[in-house]
Amino acid sequence: MRTDRPLRVVLAEDSVLLREGLIGLLGRCGHDVVAAVGDAPALFAAVEEHAPDIVLTDVRMPPGFQDEGLHAAVRLREQRPTLPVLVLSQYVQRTYASELLDSGDGTGVGYLLKDRVGQVADFVAALCEVADGGTVVDPEVVRQLLRRRRDPLERLTAREREVLGLIAEGKSNGAIARALVVSEAAVGKHIGSILTKLDLPPAEETHRRVLAVLAYLRA
Amino acid sequence: MSGPGFLLSSWPWRSAGYLLTGAVTGGAALVLIAATAAAGAVLTVVLVGIPLLVLAALAGIPVAWVERHRMRLIDADPAVDPHRAPLAHGLWAWLTTRMREQATWRELGHALLFAVLLWPVDALVVAVALLCPLSMVTTPLLMATVGGGQEAKVLKQWTVTTWPVAFGIAVLGVVLLMLGAYALGVVAGARAGLTRLLIAPREAELGTSVVELTRSRLRLVDAFEAERRRIERDLHDGAQQRLVGLTMTLGLARLDAPLGPVADQLARAQEEADEVLAELRELIRGIHPKVLSDHGLPAAVADAADRSAIPVDVDLALSGRLPQAVEAAAYFVVREALTNAARHSGASRAEVSGGHRDGRLFLQVRDNGRGGADARAGTGLTGLADRVSALDGRISLSSPPGGPTLLRVEIPCVRTDRSA
Repeated sequence: MRTDRPLRVVLAEDSVLLREGLIGLLGRCGHDVVAAVGDAPALFAAVEEHAPDIVLTDVRMPPGFQDEGLHAAVRLREQRPTLPVLVLSQYVQRTYASELLDSGDGTGVGYLLKDRVGQVADFVAALCEVADGGTVVDPEVVRQLLRRRRDPLERLTAREREVLGLIAEGKSNGAIARALVVSEAAVGKHIGSILTKLDLPPAEETHRRVLAVLAYLRA
Repeated sequence: MSGPGFLLSSWPWRSAGYLLTGAVTGGAALVLIAATAAAGAVLTVVLVGIPLLVLAALAGIPVAWVERHRMRLIDADPAVDPHRAPLAHGLWAWLTTRMREQATWRELGHALLFAVLLWPVDALVVAVALLCPLSMVTTPLLMATVGGGQEAKVLKQWTVTTWPVAFGIAVLGVVLLMLGAYALGVVAGARAGLTRLLIAPREAELGTSVVELTRSRLRLVDAFEAERRRIERDLHDGAQQRLVGLTMTLGLARLDAPLGPVADQLARAQEEADEVLAELRELIRGIHPKVLSDHGLPAAVADAADRSAIPVDVDLALSGRLPQAVEAAAYFVVREALTNAARHSGASRAEVSGGHRDGRLFLQVRDNGRGGADARAGTGLTGLADRVSALDGRISLSSPPGGPTLLRVEIPCVRTDRSA
């Protein structure tokens, strides 16, 4: 389901070094950075002007160098719930990830550590995943959350938690099957069991997956 | 001072010594102040007199200094020097500091009162209560020696001619001496009280200096916190960004490199850079966790709980934010406690709870481990306890062998509306 169309990206990053690097990297992979800005107000203006396929933003930005980028992303998604946003952070922190994932309906968002941009292919794949409405959470954050053994996740088996973790990382059933070296049918069964245990009644498949991830992140 | 014990103690002698030296000091002070002031007044016309007048105006300082030391004779409670240290070195700084102090002028007032009125009183009391009875006691001796067994003069006034009367006077002298000892004690006590009132810091001033001390301690803690945040920012904006840039460049280079040794080396270089980045991230969080300044204590504690090796339940409700130094101290205490619980206690579960009540932040960290923790045994809590105490807070640890371990933190603070 991943599209190979060139994405029109609005980039918000205050470090010139990284901004130029990201423009080059995305260009190299066939995507088009239509605007690259250095602070939140400019980000709003750029989104207004270019109506991009996806917004890629840093967390810490001028003027306060706190979490302006994150707040901008949350506000953008309040205004345009369908706008995909991928946030790059230098912190592995649940607080930031859940704030972002709570925005809109939880689809088309991503929270990745900045380190991931070095793995160019994976990073660009995550970007496309988010642009297509997927949810991508950094494996570090996921790992951190996996250690929490609290309701409602307490009802899940270790394997089910593992599967849920991989879903949160934005992996498809096929990718999960490959990662765990099991059949895709087995993954499907695990997911069914997770959805039942998390009290997520049958609805549209992708949406329930996102809800499961959200339940997992909020736990 | 009640009871006959007083007469046998050293106190009558101390009182007498105090009043006697008082008379001497006061007399000397009178002579010196009067002489300096007079000379100053006369010489003012040739300008030399002005420094002398200034000297006279500062006369209260040495007098008070002597008085505070003399007071130790009959008062176990030391009198504190009320003067502040000058802000800079040199005579001028000292002079301007002293001239601006209320204490200097109060001491001058005391010196004048002492020189004009108090020392004659001291001398009079010593004469009446000590010297007169003593001279009465010596009447029989006088009669035997100077009077040739015929007569003696009592207090240079009345002539005594018979032995029984002479001995009677002597006995009367002893009685008066005992009464005089009490009088000496009372007067000396009153004099010391008056002196303390005039030249030792009053309660209110002492309060001010304690407040000043507390403030400077708080400033120190704040400066410490600000420095941590600055280091965190520098590392984040500098080293971390450049390293990310480096991994990005390496990643792109790997896309271009043909399969082979170069690609392998690039991959290894990138792995190394990633590891350095991960280490740097941990380091930065150890210095100052970003989530603490951005989202406050509950979020930072939840984050610390996430990272803990054992499951941690967090029940921490705080509306609004707390002063930065308080948040930081509380956070580091909780983190240290969780680390200890996971590492040393053998606990399978921990719990952090707390809230803000009655102008105080309360935090509790409890684990179900085997206990026996000792705050002094290098568990890292000692330094944190110092930090908490600098904020006027308290840490208490209860950890009986066999557990459970319970750590409580209590820091007085007001909530602020500081936005996240």
